[in-house]
Amino acid sequence: MFARRPEAGPSNVAVTIDGQPSMARAGDSVAAAMLAAGLLACRTTPVSGAERGPFCMMGVCFDCLVTIDGNPNRQACLVAVRAGMRIERQSGPAAIPVEGEPSA
Amino acid sequence: MTIDERYDVAVVGAGAAGLAAASECARAGVATLLLDEQPSPGGQIYRSITTTPLADRRVLGSDYWYGEALVREFERAGAAYAPRSTVWAVTPEGGGFEAGVSSDGAARLVAVKRVILATGALERPFPIPGWTLPGVMMAGAAQILLKSSGLLPRGRIVLAGSGPLLYLLAAQLVRTDTRIERLLDTTPPARWRVAARHAFAFAVSPYLAKGLGLLREARRAARIVEHVEHLEALGDRRLSRVRYMAKGRSEEIIADLLLLHQGVVPNINLASAIGCAQRWDASQLAFIPVVDEWGASSVPGVSIAGDGAGIAGARAAEARGRLAGLHAACALGRLDPAERDRRARTSRSELARQARGRAFIDTLYRPAEPLRLPQGDTIVCRCEEITARQILDTVKLGCIGPNQMKSFLRCGMGPCQGRFCGLTVTELIAKARGVPPAEVGYYRLRFPVKPVTLGEIAALPQTEASVQAVARLAKSED
Repeated sequence: MFARRPEAGPSNVAVTIDGQPSMARAGDSVAAAMLAAGLLACRTTPVSGAERGPFCMMGVCFDCLVTIDGNPNRQACLVAVRAGMRIERQSGPAAIPVEGEPSA
Repeated sequence: MTIDERYDVAVVGAGAAGLAAASECARAGVATLLLDEQPSPGGQIYRSITTTPLADRRVLGSDYWYGEALVREFERAGAAYAPRSTVWAVTPEGGGFEAGVSSDGAARLVAVKRVILATGALERPFPIPGWTLPGVMMAGAAQILLKSSGLLPRGRIVLAGSGPLLYLLAAQLVRTDTRIERLLDTTPPARWRVAARHAFAFAVSPYLAKGLGLLREARRAARIVEHVEHLEALGDRRLSRVRYMAKGRSEEIIADLLLLHQGVVPNINLASAIGCAQRWDASQLAFIPVVDEWGASSVPGVSIAGDGAGIAGARAAEARGRLAGLHAACALGRLDPAERDRRARTSRSELARQARGRAFIDTLYRPAEPLRLPQGDTIVCRCEEITARQILDTVKLGCIGPNQMKSFLRCGMGPCQGRFCGLTVTELIAKARGVPPAEVGYYRLRFPVKPVTLGEIAALPQTEASVQAVARLAKSED
């Protein structure tokens, strides 16, 4: 659905998306990395369970909420990828991590 | 990047207006902090200008690359810069203001004497059936992916809507050999006649040549369907088809990606929560903060510059940013009024130049009512999944405005805080009641204007006063 321009250079930042290894380009937002990996949807809504994906890409719509390194409800379009980052799609309302307990 | 505890001026937003405002302040010797959500300066128009992988300058065009000089000027001016920082509150404190800021998951409070809001614009809601399906995005989103990550849409791409940005995106996609399946233009046919009375100003404005060039480019690569009146995104879990009606004929096409756009509107949430007065603008169909010729709002010490104070485009935003910066420097005693006025001259004439032809664009691209006011089961509030029918039902119950309505439905109370439904809701209620939108009003917005975790707030440094307040509370409960 989205393809990289050749001049964008190598995608050599290793992350995981739902546990699966994926390569992103340094400077990608998490949302851009997910779209580049072919994922149009990143969560289901807490209200009806409908699927949603990145919509505005500028921090306004909050449709691109995902769990990043165990922290839920992060705006994927505002967070840059980092090597080793764990990105997880969200299903319905996010569970609030409790301090001192390991995150899922 | 480290942020100090206090500055003279905080500028919110590092787009055209914010960069120019911060540069003017810093050059005048004002201790200035520029706060921005993005990882690099430029706002949305000059998005990723310092980092974009698109080396071929023809793709994004000279209007984009103009932003480079603006960033260079800002870097030389000596203001502090806090990227990846969200401002979620600005409250009066000790004769100035206290800004609540979150950066990388940690909150802090910054004391400032004055605030310049340069929060820019966001794309106008485009509430059609199916607009929440994955595979439907705003046109601006595709442009951001191109600028910041060198990502191009692939597959059957449909562009739909109206306004200069839609054709700019089409032209940029053409320049990258991206095939556009169809461009569905929703500009109403009668609009050209109405806009014609502003045609002379447009003809002598900077817009005409640019507009014609983009149109020519877009026509080369996309089949353009004009006078599209009805639009629907269809699919189960993902977008698979787009249905539209033009000149009385309905057609359905297969689509992988639908990119929507019908103009931009001011992003007023922060200004509104601070308490800056606003008015309904009937030509821009949006609420716009009331500002004077320097960008000063109704709240002393708070100025608003750029598209956040009414849509006028990037070059006008830069001029308005400079004026707001000079005004702040003068108010802080760093510039005398004569010097402020002298430095303001170039910006004032640029502003006048940019204003020419704006009425033509506003009139021509005023989105058609059926595409602003949805019906039936079409979702209006994306966050809480509230439909047009549900909103109209509350009007039948006697709700006279958005603030009553939201307590019935939670419409506008999700994480986006009404940014993608507020104008739709105001206009829907106004039409149902038969009164002007100004009388219906807008959501009452409160801090935090962006979500911040309780953990972040709890971790804020405690002042003596706040510790005393809690201690007294605990004592009285004993």
